[in-house]
This record gives sequence, C-alpha cells and structure tokens, in this order.
Amino acid sequence: MISTGLQLLVAAITASLPDDDGSSFWMPPQVSTVAQGVDWLFNFILAISVFFFLLIVVAMVIFVIKYRHREGQDAEQSPSHNMALELTWTGIPMILVVVIFIFGFKGFLDMSTAPSNAYEILVEGQKWNWSFTYPNGYIDSDLHVPVDRPIRLVMGSQDVIHSLYIPAFRVKMDVVPGRYSKAWFEATKPGEYDLFCAEYCGTSHSDMIAHVIVHPVGEFETWLEKASNFLETMTPVDAGRKLFQVRGCQQCHSVDGSAKTGPTLLGVFSRQQNFADGSTITIDENYIRQSILEPQARVVAGYEPVMPTYQGRLSDPEIMAIIEYFKSLDGASSEE
Amino acid sequence: MAVDTASLDGAAVGTRNQESYLTHGRGILSWLFTLDHKRIGVMYLVAITASFFLGGVFALLVRTELLTSGPTIMTADAYNKMFTLHGAVMIFLFIIPGIPAAIGNFVLPLMLGAKDVALPRLNLTSFWFWMIGAVFALVSIIVGAVDTGWTFYTPYSTTTGTAVISMTLGVFILGFSSIFTGLNFIVTIHKMRPEGMTWFRMPLFLWGLYSTAIIQVLATPILGITLLLLVAERALGVGIFDPTLGGDPVLFQHFFWFYSHPAVYIMILPAMGVISELVSVFSGKHIFGYKFIAWSSIAIALLSFLVWGHHMFTSGQSGITNMIFSALTFSVAIPSAVKVFNWLATMYKGSIRLATPMLYVLSFLFLFAIGGLTGLFLGALSTDIHLHDTYFVVAHFHYVMFGGTVIAFLGGLHYWWPKMFGRMYSEKWGQVSALLIFVGFNLTFFTQFVMGSHGMPRRYYNYVEEFTTLHQASSVGSYVLALGFFIMAGYLIHSLFRGRPAPNNPWGSATLEWETTSPPQYNNFDHEFLAGDPYDLNSLRYDKATQGWVRKDPQSIILAEGGAH
Repeated sequence: MISTGLQLLVAAITASLPDDDGSSFWMPPQVSTVAQGVDWLFNFILAISVFFFLLIVVAMVIFVIKYRHREGQDAEQSPSHNMALELTWTGIPMILVVVIFIFGFKGFLDMSTAPSNAYEILVEGQKWNWSFTYPNGYIDSDLHVPVDRPIRLVMGSQDVIHSLYIPAFRVKMDVVPGRYSKAWFEATKPGEYDLFCAEYCGTSHSDMIAHVIVHPVGEFETWLEKASNFLETMTPVDAGRKLFQVRGCQQCHSVDGSAKTGPTLLGVFSRQQNFADGSTITIDENYIRQSILEPQARVVAGYEPVMPTYQGRLSDPEIMAIIEYFKSLDGASSEE
Repeated sequence: MAVDTASLDGAAVGTRNQESYLTHGRGILSWLFTLDHKRIGVMYLVAITASFFLGGVFALLVRTELLTSGPTIMTADAYNKMFTLHGAVMIFLFIIPGIPAAIGNFVLPLMLGAKDVALPRLNLTSFWFWMIGAVFALVSIIVGAVDTGWTFYTPYSTTTGTAVISMTLGVFILGFSSIFTGLNFIVTIHKMRPEGMTWFRMPLFLWGLYSTAIIQVLATPILGITLLLLVAERALGVGIFDPTLGGDPVLFQHFFWFYSHPAVYIMILPAMGVISELVSVFSGKHIFGYKFIAWSSIAIALLSFLVWGHHMFTSGQSGITNMIFSALTFSVAIPSAVKVFNWLATMYKGSIRLATPMLYVLSFLFLFAIGGLTGLFLGALSTDIHLHDTYFVVAHFHYVMFGGTVIAFLGGLHYWWPKMFGRMYSEKWGQVSALLIFVGFNLTFFTQFVMGSHGMPRRYYNYVEEFTTLHQASSVGSYVLALGFFIMAGYLIHSLFRGRPAPNNPWGSATLEWETTSPPQYNNFDHEFLAGDPYDLNSLRYDKATQGWVRKDPQSIILAEGGAH
C-alpha cells in the first residue's frame, strides 16, 4: 500500500516536470518571463497536495482494512482527544499555508509591476472581438508583439466585462467598462498563441479568441510598418475586407447570405430594405455610412438594436474602403 | 378523521400522538399546512430532490453539448441559458436549502429530544417562501430563461434581453426562506436543548447547523439588497453598477461575493456536521477531538465573511487588497484541515462497518481532500491569475460542493432514511450506486482540472481542438454519474413500499433521534430527556430480535418526573 502510494507520488511529480517547451501534464508551454515562476509555485503546491492527499487516503484505506468490524468485537478503547496531536495538525498546515501565501504574493508582485521601458499597446474588448491599437495608431484584431521585450497593455471595454487571458503567458486581467485595467508580459519565444476572453460576455463569448503572434527579433517593426500602410498599398476592396475582418464586423455580419446577430451583407448594395420603424429605402453609400456611425438610427426589421457605434473609431478613408468592399459583395463575384 | 377533537378523551389523544407522523392527518392539505417539523422536512426533501433532478438535466444537456467543439445539440444562446440554469437551480434551489432545510428540519428537534422547532409557523412560512421563490424561478425559465451565469455579473445582467428580473426576484424570495430557517434553528438550539445537553454535549451536526444559521441570518440580507439594486437598475435605470449610468460594475462583484462566499460555507458546514455524526457511528467509536471540530465550525463561519475578495483577484482591485484577501483566504483552510484529521483519527482503532452511509463518508474524505487542497492553488495569488475563470475553478468547486456537500447529503439521507420513513433500503444497490457516483464524479471533474490548468476558460460553448478528448471523457463521466442517481432513485422508492421495516436504532447511534420509533410518532417522544454524551456508543448493545440497537440502561437518559425545566 505504501509502495503504491510512493509510486503514485513519483508518477505525479514526473508528470508535472516540464518538457522542453515548459509544458507538462498540468501546464501549457511557458512563453513568458513569469511563466516559470508561476509553474514552480503550482508544482510546489501540487507536491504538498499530493503528499497530504496520499496521507489522508492511505490512512483511510489502512484503517478501513485494519479496523474493519468483526462479529462480536467492539472498537478498541482509545482516547477521544489529544491536545498535543491536535495542535500539531493545526500548526503544520498553518505554517505551510503561510509559506504558500508568501510565494504567491511575491510572484504576483512580479506579474503586476511592468518595467518602465515597456512597449505600450492599447486593448479594447467589445462583444465579441478584440482590437489592439499600436503606438502609430494602427489597429489589428490580433496581438502582435516582439520577442524579449516587455509589453504593457492598457485595456478598456466598449460594453460588458471581458477578460484578457493568454494561457501560455500565464497572464489574465479583466477588461472593465468605465475604467482602464493594465497587464504586462514579456514573451520569450516566437510563435503563435491563443488569447481567450475569460469573463463570460454573452452569445459568442467562446469565439472571442484572438492570436498572439510573437515576432522574432527585428521582424516586428517591419510587420507593423507594412500592416499600417494597408490603405495605401491595398485596393479599397481589399482594405475594406481587412477592416471588416479585424474590426469586429464579421462577428455579427455574414457575407454569405446567412443571418447572424446582424443582417448579412451579401448583396447589400442597392437592396430594398425594410426597417423596424416601417420605412423602406434602397441602400446606398449614405445609409451604410450612417449605420456605421449611428447604428441605432435605422435598424433593419427583425434585428435587435445592439450594434455599437464606430464614431471616432473608423476614419473617413476607412469607411470609404468598407463601402467599396460591400459594393463588391454582389453575389456574382465569388466571396467566402 | 372526522372526529371532533373536543370529544376525545386523554387516552385517545395519547394514542393519536403516538401514531406515526406519516399517517397523522391525511390528504394533501394536512401536509401543505402542517406545522410538524418532520413533515416540513419531508416536503423540503421532495422539493429539493425535484430541483436536483431539474438542475441535473441542465447539467447533462451542457455536458452533451460539449461532446464536440462546435455546435452539437443546441445554439450558443441555448447553451448559455443551460449553464446559467444549472448553476442557479443547483445553488439557490437545491444545495443551500439541501441539508439544513430538508435533513436539518427533520433531525434537529429530534436530536434535541424536543417536540418541534421553536417557531413552527415560521418554519412553514420558510417552506412557502421557498415554493414562491421556486415559482418565480420557474416562470423566469419559461418566459425566456436567463443567460447571465448564476453570478449575475453587471453590466451584462443589466443589459441582456433575458428574464433576469423574475429570476433575481425568485432568488430574493428564496433568501427569506433561508433566513427564516436559520433564525429558527438559532432560537431552537439556544432555547430547547434538553436537560444535560450543554453546548459542548451537542451532537456535532447541531454545531454545523448552528454555524450555518449564523451565516444565513447575517449574509443573506446582503444578497437580497444587492439583487434589489440590480432590479432597480434594470427596471428603473437607477445607476448603481452600470458605468454608462455612472455606476461601478465591480461594486456588484463585491456585494455579490460578500454573500456568496459565506454561502459556500452555508453549503459545506452542515455537510461537515453530517460527516461528524456518521464517522463516529460507523467507526463504532467516540468522535475524536469534539471541541476542535465544534470550534472549527464557528471559526469557518466567522472567517467566511472576510475572504470574498479572492473571487476578484483579476478584477482590477488593488494589489494590497489582493494580498489581504489571499492571506485571509488561507486562514479558512486550517479549520477544514483540522476536521479531516479529526475524522481520520476517529476511524483509528475503530470497528468500521462499511454500510452505505459509511461509503459516502469515505467518498467524502477522498473528494473533499482534493476539493480542499486544490483551493490552495486558487488562494495563492500568482497561480490564481492563471487558473481564475478556467475549468480548474469549475472542477475545484464541484469537488467541494458535489464531492463534499452532495456526497455528505447522500450519506445523511441514507443514514436517516430508516428514521424518516421507517423502512430499510437495499444495502447491495446502495453500495452499487455509491460506487457509480464516485467513479462517475471523478471522471467528470478530474478531467476538468487538467483542462483548466491548460487554459480552458469556463462558460465556453465552443472550445479549441486540443481539449476534445478531455471534454468527451468528462461528458461520459456525467452519464455514469446520472446512472448512479437513477439506481438510487429506484431502490429508495422501492424501499418505501417493499423495504424491511426499520428498527428504532438500526446503526447503533447514541444521539436522541434514535430514541423514538421509526418513523417517529407524531409528538416525537413521550417523555423528556436527560441527555448524556452523544458519542457514548458503549451505552448501546445490539438486539438480535429487532435487528437494531437498544440502550443498556434505558432509564439513564430519561428525565425523572418533575425534573428541572
């Protein structure tokens, strides 16, 4: 029994030893400077937990076998109280939890204090996508960062509470409407990692997933410059498509004719449209512009007035590009 | 019984009072308007069992949807309603009233050797408030359900289009039901203990109920007023939590957890009380370290008010606040650990009988150990940042709430079942279902620890491919769990009709509820008690004729005529 217990203990410890990328039976790969510390404390608590769990279960099993009721035999006489013993098993856990608390707090201080030279990216959560604004004003729906450089995120929400969570970095922080919250990390390995919304936010909460792209040394700046110039380098239709994809439009509007939270944009241009207020118009540039800036002005019949405004969040050239993209969605050209 | 009560002579009244509480008075109204704590307890038992079934169906639907990473059997909106209803029904309708209102109502006065609780009318009112609250919750489910999660976080809950108001009003009313039960138990325990039962001679189940009652009375009003503020914001546009109206959404989380964390102990403290009774009886031995167990219940009740901020380590509250709440959180771990060690010490050198209730005790020790120890990962700040709002948390609280509270509830149900209904159930099937529930539970929830630490967020309708295998294993576990419960329903219902009649004291327990008949007579007891040590199991001997236990000296616990009152 005891040897089985020891084997289990060894197995549990081996399973939690990290592989080359820092991942283990319990943990995803370690890709930030704080990940190792977090995992160390996790494994420390795991070792304590496995020890106490085995102590409890092994004692329980031994007692059940050894002191199993036998016909005509009562329990042995034994004391029902032992102050020294009880103080011991109150005291030892007390010391252990104090140690765990101190390690947890120390780790937390490292995780919550960003270095002063950190590169700052603004984050905005809305139902149900993320926008990341870089220092030059460029906005993307994925988080691109350089490797080995501290990144500071300043985060706000358009609507309800979201929470930015990157498991590989061991980073999580709620994004609360009406205030800014902050988080920071320093990625240690180039690659692509998941970024989840961890605070329940409604219908597509589980699709509010972005990617963190960690660029190798020197490549981030090139990427940013190229990405930022998309209005100049792309055709208006392509630029419009990109905006449609990265700025959250496609979370609610399809381009294949299916209805989502909002109406489809397939063949939207020149469509005769009925509105919730009973009116009907033929959709043109002005209506699309108004719907982007004042979404509640004219709501298509059969849909809820839930679209957030893009006033101040899209520039005129960007709106023009989006309109050109919508014009291309006439159903004739092949568009997924 | 169309007999004019005025014409009954004393002897007839006596016979009537010695009739079983189950047959004393017939018809549905004699139940719905009864003041008898036993009948109210049984009605609560039926009501919470129905709620558990409903909440269980929602859980199975959630697990079935999660069999595949995309849509499986329902839309995202339907899924969001399912997990919300699972949580809300299980917490507010089942687990909070579970042990205190169903088992506690039945057992508490009997354990005190009393005729009833101190305030029988308040007791009935509590049940009726539960019914009204449940109707509000059901109406909410029917008119469109709720998709906020059981936590009702703002501003989501004030802006969603679902039936939030009727659900929160339902929970508000259920809160009164909980307060009334708590108040009643406090008064009853203070005023109605029999001669000889000092505070430290009370059965430990009563310490559990007493500390629970303190939390019910002190914490539930906070939830009530918070939900009223939520309704005021939703219905009247008063800005309290919504930032667009000048409110603060995080304030809601503080208010909510100020109740809901202590509420976790409303759920677990009575469960710990049940385990304390069972472990002593089925080990054939006096409980070990009575005073430590009793004081640890009170310690948990008081400390539980000081740890709510550990639900909010990533909410943006200040680092200092996080530090204080983390430190206080660890303090509440100690009394739980002390209890576990005391229970184990009770088994040491015992004479352990593995009857169904004891299987649940062993199951409890195994599962609650995991539930408690995984709390350490969540109390520590740096690890909690990673684990917060993932399946690790979901697994942790199911190990505590289900592995702890529900398992103890089932243990208690199987222990007091013969007393409640006067019938023994099939021991063999009892063991089969206990085993299935144990295996199914671990398969369902242990997998969720692994998913969670790998970063699987909770409340997700879709999930990334790497979690598919673990999700499917978890869903299969939930079906095994469900099978265990269906078998239990089968043999328990069967026992009501075909079960062997139960002796007065089938397990060899020394607490007073086993001194009456099984099922108890209407007036509980014919005499008053001089209570002794509730864990002095040597005062009993097994009687082969009745297949039950009897006192070696029956006169020793009877209060002599004209004794002190």
